[in-house]
Amino acid sequence: MSTPSTADRMTRLLTLVPYLRARPDGVPLAEAARDFGVPERQLRKDFELLWMCGLPGYGPGDLIDLSFEGDRVKVVFTAGMVRPLRLTTDEAVALIVALRTLLELPGLAERDAVSRALAKVSSAAGHAAERITPVAVSVDAREQALAVVREGLERKRALHLTYYVPTRDERTERTVDPMRLLLVDGKWYLEAWCRRAEGVRLFRLDRVDDVRVLDEPAAPPPQAHERDVEGGVYQPEPDAPVVRLRLAHQARWVAEYYPVEDAEPVDDPPGGLAVTLRTADLAWARRLVASLGGSALVDEPAELAEQVAAHAREALSRYTGDAQAAPSSAG
Amino acid sequence: MAAKRAERLVNLVIALLGTRQYVTAARIRATVPGYEPDDGSERADEAFKRMFERDKAELREMGVPLETGRTSVFDTEDGYRIARADYELPEITLTGEEAAAVGLALRLWESAQLAGAAHSALVKLKAAGVDVDTARSIPLQPRLDAGEPAFEPVYAAARDRRQLEFDYRRPDDAEPGRRRVQPWGVVAWHGRWYLVGLDLDRQAPRQFRLSRVVGTPKAIGPADAFEPPEGVDLAEVVAGQDSGEEHLVVVRARPGTAIGLRRRAVSLGATDEDEDRLELRTNDPFRLADELASYGADVVVEHPAEVRTAVIERLTRLAAMSA
Repeated sequence: MSTPSTADRMTRLLTLVPYLRARPDGVPLAEAARDFGVPERQLRKDFELLWMCGLPGYGPGDLIDLSFEGDRVKVVFTAGMVRPLRLTTDEAVALIVALRTLLELPGLAERDAVSRALAKVSSAAGHAAERITPVAVSVDAREQALAVVREGLERKRALHLTYYVPTRDERTERTVDPMRLLLVDGKWYLEAWCRRAEGVRLFRLDRVDDVRVLDEPAAPPPQAHERDVEGGVYQPEPDAPVVRLRLAHQARWVAEYYPVEDAEPVDDPPGGLAVTLRTADLAWARRLVASLGGSALVDEPAELAEQVAAHAREALSRYTGDAQAAPSSAG
Repeated sequence: MAAKRAERLVNLVIALLGTRQYVTAARIRATVPGYEPDDGSERADEAFKRMFERDKAELREMGVPLETGRTSVFDTEDGYRIARADYELPEITLTGEEAAAVGLALRLWESAQLAGAAHSALVKLKAAGVDVDTARSIPLQPRLDAGEPAFEPVYAAARDRRQLEFDYRRPDDAEPGRRRVQPWGVVAWHGRWYLVGLDLDRQAPRQFRLSRVVGTPKAIGPADAFEPPEGVDLAEVVAGQDSGEEHLVVVRARPGTAIGLRRRAVSLGATDEDEDRLELRTNDPFRLADELASYGADVVVEHPAEVRTAVIERLTRLAAMSA
């Protein structure tokens, strides 16, 4: 019935007056706009609307009164809008589940603070927290590398990694300057300057086979910038050659996991998705398509389809000529 | 939203918060600006009724605790009020460290479906006087991106306790099958999202990977249609079923290849052809078959037959991709 923007604006209108009341010295308009996540222009419209609201009677002494001094706004009369509305179930879920998730993270130094915040927030959420069960998050807590990596970050020391690269199926040795730890989609990543590759790289901790803290300081060069992982941990390669795939339903996750340029629904395969990826690494693309076991079809380049098929034929020939194929060996 | 309507709703909240008495609809119509005035016509009465019904629904949907009742036995009709104690977020004070933890936690949802709710929760905490500094730097950037189209409808049905129907396809199913489930909740387990609930056709608890749901799940019937079992731990249900059926798989790998498998395999020694026999454990044989197929001729499955067949099927499909 209500569109998200309707509910959003109403929630904001009911929250603005208590928000200003909690800041008796006033607050710069720009800061309030940032806190509420809306443009200043929108906030001005909200203030104009609130000015028209108040207690029944709606005389000058009944209406919400706000004052502007320079760019600061403060509330003079609240008309009884003293505290914000309670948390909704969704808000309580977002808050409490996230705090519980943090508590599960191994080696988190801020553990006590998280645990106290969780207790306070749960009690303030009251009724809304009773139905908190619909979402749970379990983080893989077995990463042994995590404690060592954290130590390197905290002591600002370089790290030596033995790292497995799945796209080439090889183990590599490298020295890195750690920058930060990330948890993306339930997996831990170390973001670091890799001295061997001379670039910022993300290392998935479950692929770290060994890690040592070195004596030398971590010194990421000035050009080492943290990456935006908003769109996923894989970075697009805008100038690389095009790979076009048609993903069947069970392979659609590829479009969410890797950066794809276009994603168009298609009928063949039914419920499928045609996507365009860019990569200079055809061996990577071959492994990806092969690991999808036929639920991704290659439209382009033809060379990729040929390679995938040739590898599969070679593998099949090993099975047909394989004495172990006898059912007796089947456990 | 039309400014007029927003103004009317804010005024309605203020009016009902400001009184301990139940206020009748007629009184609300007469005092709160913006309602269709009473000119004695049926048309105006109808218009007011419709408007007021919509407004009540809107406020309740936002979580405003709108009560219905009568102040005294002499009242002839129900009135409305908002109890301040039920409306207001209780007192909450957080230390700087605790507030930073909240800021960090809320960033988990930055690009996920609950991001909107996380943001409005944050704003409410700020309005309650808590200074949540989201910019404070912690060398951790966690993110819980659901990224599943089925997440939202499944979550909403679990929250409202409504029965759910959806089509579900496991990797080796030719066709999706219809499932009817009482959803207890969604759980992220090792980076994957699952629905956990009672499968009504099998009359047993089941987990469903959200990425295998085909199309949009539909909530059926009324809210509060069931109660999840007391004290159910969703992650435990998934973990239990996850480790329930472990398969031992033995493969032969050419020397120096399949490093990814060797990292987690037990070596069983070399074969006569100088290949290495590796033993792997999995509770998802189909997923392992995907991985084994990607090693091509470097890896051959010895047993079990089920995994061997699954890999051969995959290779056969791959071989057909190009003549």
